[in-house]
Amino acid sequence: MTSAVRRPKPDPTKRARNGRRPARRPLAKAPTGIAGLDEITNGGLPRGRPTLVCGGAGCGKTLLAMEFLVRGALEHGEPGVFMSFEETPADLVENARSLGFDLARLRARRRLLLDYVRLERSELTETGEYDLEGLFIRLGHAIDSIGAKRVVLDTIETLFSGLSDRFVVRAELARLFRWLKTKEVTAIVTGEREAEHLTRHGLEEYVSDCVILLDQRVREQSATRRLRILKYRGSAHGGNEVPFLIDDHGVSVLPITSLGLTHQATTAHLSTGVPGLDAMFAREGYFRGNSVLASGTAGTGKSSLAAHFVEAACRRGERCLYFAFEESPSQIARNMRSIGIDLEPWMRRGLLQVHAQRPTALGLEAHLVAMHRLIDACQPQVVVVDPVTNLIAVGSEIEVKAMLARLIDFMKLRQITALFTSLTEGGGAAEQTDLGVSSLMDVWMLLGNLEANGERNRAIQIVKARGMAHSNQVREFLMTDRGIVLLDVSRRADGSVAIGSARDARREQAPADDRPAARRRGVE
Amino acid sequence: MKTGARRTWRLRLYVAGQTPKSVTALANLKRLCKSHLAGRYRIEVVDLLRQPHLARRDEIIVIPTLVRTLPPPIRRIIGDLSNQERVLVGLDVRDGGSPGGRSP
Repeated sequence: MTSAVRRPKPDPTKRARNGRRPARRPLAKAPTGIAGLDEITNGGLPRGRPTLVCGGAGCGKTLLAMEFLVRGALEHGEPGVFMSFEETPADLVENARSLGFDLARLRARRRLLLDYVRLERSELTETGEYDLEGLFIRLGHAIDSIGAKRVVLDTIETLFSGLSDRFVVRAELARLFRWLKTKEVTAIVTGEREAEHLTRHGLEEYVSDCVILLDQRVREQSATRRLRILKYRGSAHGGNEVPFLIDDHGVSVLPITSLGLTHQATTAHLSTGVPGLDAMFAREGYFRGNSVLASGTAGTGKSSLAAHFVEAACRRGERCLYFAFEESPSQIARNMRSIGIDLEPWMRRGLLQVHAQRPTALGLEAHLVAMHRLIDACQPQVVVVDPVTNLIAVGSEIEVKAMLARLIDFMKLRQITALFTSLTEGGGAAEQTDLGVSSLMDVWMLLGNLEANGERNRAIQIVKARGMAHSNQVREFLMTDRGIVLLDVSRRADGSVAIGSARDARREQAPADDRPAARRRGVE
Repeated sequence: MKTGARRTWRLRLYVAGQTPKSVTALANLKRLCKSHLAGRYRIEVVDLLRQPHLARRDEIIVIPTLVRTLPPPIRRIIGDLSNQERVLVGLDVRDGGSPGGRSP
């Protein structure tokens, strides 16, 4: 009892003095500002600590590190020091310009300091004991002179390659990381990846609080970049490889799982643009935020369906973004005008933006990034990808599916309703989509040709519509000068559905089509 | 070339405070100069702790670093100068104190 009474109350300061850990605080993080990287690291790099970024030659280490400094200076008010052991300031300025960064301006405003450390091995005759105190003084002075909060050392191998004493190198390497922590700068140290080991000295990865591995590989003539968080002390991180891209906007990391399935499902709905088709859904159309797949063989009316959809959205005053992988904007407008859908006024008014590009013009990651950027810039309510199958040309099935999953998550979070058309091969099973992407979709419609009695008639059916009752009928439709017109179901006495001429024949026999009954059957 | 060979040597030693390595390096340097360059040398000690900006200007990362600024060309060696053989080779000091090398 007495001991219980005497026991002092928990006091964080006392515990700290006892040498025990104070109460656990969430790890402070410094946002990199690099698109996607902050998502997969849950907020950025460990603040005030060194991160090792390693990879082979040309994998993007230097550019990633440079963007970390530039974004820090521009967006987070944190000046940075870039200490380069390989590239001269002139080279760095030039390379950064290709990413759209103006280093000269940042240097002039003292938000960035570039220090090129020239290392000439021939000049360094070793005559006894030495250390790298000069480097620490030099870096410390650079940090203090602009009040830097971020530091990059690029690359660590080059720095140490000039020194032959391995014991000194190891000791100074460890001291460098400790020293960076005492300076409380958020640092990126880049390292050249060795064939078998992560780093040359096998030490860097242990003394770093965070290790990011970059990789570039070439497959089927196209290079893909991958990024992986190998280690993040004190923080959860996904260990997956994620693709990343370097283009004129800088580095973009494309997380697949980061968004998660957290989007809000709504009950708001919107029209398919085809009145007869609306009637096949219990809620008179798609849910807002739905991903809709319309698959069918060539010439079954997929693009027409998409045109109806965007036209209806434009009529409501909503913005639409149309990704066309087969036709130019003017070609789409001309073709749709032939079936009575005039898209040009909406294009002129800016409500409809059509982006046409050959899929092979870019790699898969580049497409995804380009689409993300356009969606961010346009802020559409409706997006069409026509046809999504053309993306297979630039990636494997797994990659395309992963990319679509990312794109769909991204749009769902923004409550964007998306229509994907998919071209299926003739002769194959109608429901066999080449992509196996139907599981990602909320609504799946099949368009096809019904061949019977020497005729080929167009038909549409709803395979699935998540969270909504829908018709189970295969509905014949006509491509008219007023667009897609669904025909009412015409049943024979035996319950079979008459199509084409057989329907017309029946209509002549009994012109009074039982419309309400058909409607009722249409929606179950 | 005789007159050129008799020119004064200028040696600049970069240190960081009074560390054992710095003290050793300076002692080694003085001893070597007395024996090989008697009367023809000037030693300047630069303490980077006092003048940190010189680390960048003079491209210093290793401590101690000894730079021969005269006679040209500039030569640099690192370490506490305890290996006298290497210092002599590194500074290109030949007996008699004239800079050697292939140049006449």
